[in-house]
Amino acid sequence: MSQPSSLNQSTPLEYSTEDGRLKIFGFWVFLGAEVILFSCLFASYMVYLHRTAGGPTPNDLYDVKEFMIETFLLLTSSFTCGLATHELRRNNKTGVIVWFIITLILGLGFVGMEAHEFVDYVGEGAKLSTSAFLTSFFTLVGTHGCHVSLGILWISGILIQTARHGINAVTARKLFIVGLYWHFLDVVWVFIFTVVYLTGMVL
Amino acid sequence: MQTDHSNASHDHEGFPWMHVIGFILSLVLTVAALLIVVSLSLSTTLTVTLILILAIFQVLVQLLFFMHITEQERAYQTIAIFFGLFLAAIFVFGSIWIIF
Repeated sequence: MSQPSSLNQSTPLEYSTEDGRLKIFGFWVFLGAEVILFSCLFASYMVYLHRTAGGPTPNDLYDVKEFMIETFLLLTSSFTCGLATHELRRNNKTGVIVWFIITLILGLGFVGMEAHEFVDYVGEGAKLSTSAFLTSFFTLVGTHGCHVSLGILWISGILIQTARHGINAVTARKLFIVGLYWHFLDVVWVFIFTVVYLTGMVL
Repeated sequence: MQTDHSNASHDHEGFPWMHVIGFILSLVLTVAALLIVVSLSLSTTLTVTLILILAIFQVLVQLLFFMHITEQERAYQTIAIFFGLFLAAIFVFGSIWIIF
């Protein structure tokens, strides 16, 4: 397993089996379905944006410094996750584990900041039940936060498997797929950053 | 299903240039979007249009530089994602169109 033969040297290990190729393609189909899930949450957020029912408005709540730090944490974690995939293709197990652990730390920082943000909002009287705007806000941003939390658990599990079994066709496929998932969460955050936070400051 | 592998491992020896370029691009796009909102006082419609365009470029950076969408089954996985984005656009713009 350690040295790929010269025949398939250009094919990364995660694509080296039919099983790996099909599971990676299946994961892209899943991401297509995730796009649709989040688009429905975005649509309801925009429909209810001005339905604040006398409660706090987007302008009262959003704090530029906080959401910029969250954005940079997630962007950087997407980069370090990409570097882990790069190391995976160089068959460097230590590199994969180190970059994924940095990704996990950044991800935990993001989830921690978001939890802190939500607690702050509730302290300011902006609860899930306060208005239609806040219901859709917490559902959209919270669903993304749940995905990030799940991603942290998932990466941790795959890292344990990689540490025990090394890099082979199966762990390479799992590492590549969890990387795709993490980059996808950054894609969703880009839209939350743009449509929720930045737009909330100008409307 | 065994398609072209020519660009599957083009940058996987040595320094990860593609990832570094992608990261710099994503930082530039994020800061640009923030500056458009905070520093320029454009009309609301123009501001929102500009930052949405930047967001679309940001997504392309993630897909091309980090997610390797162009390798292996590129036609199939691109169709899966863009069909999702197509439905997403119908849901979002359809909802906005009905409400406003």
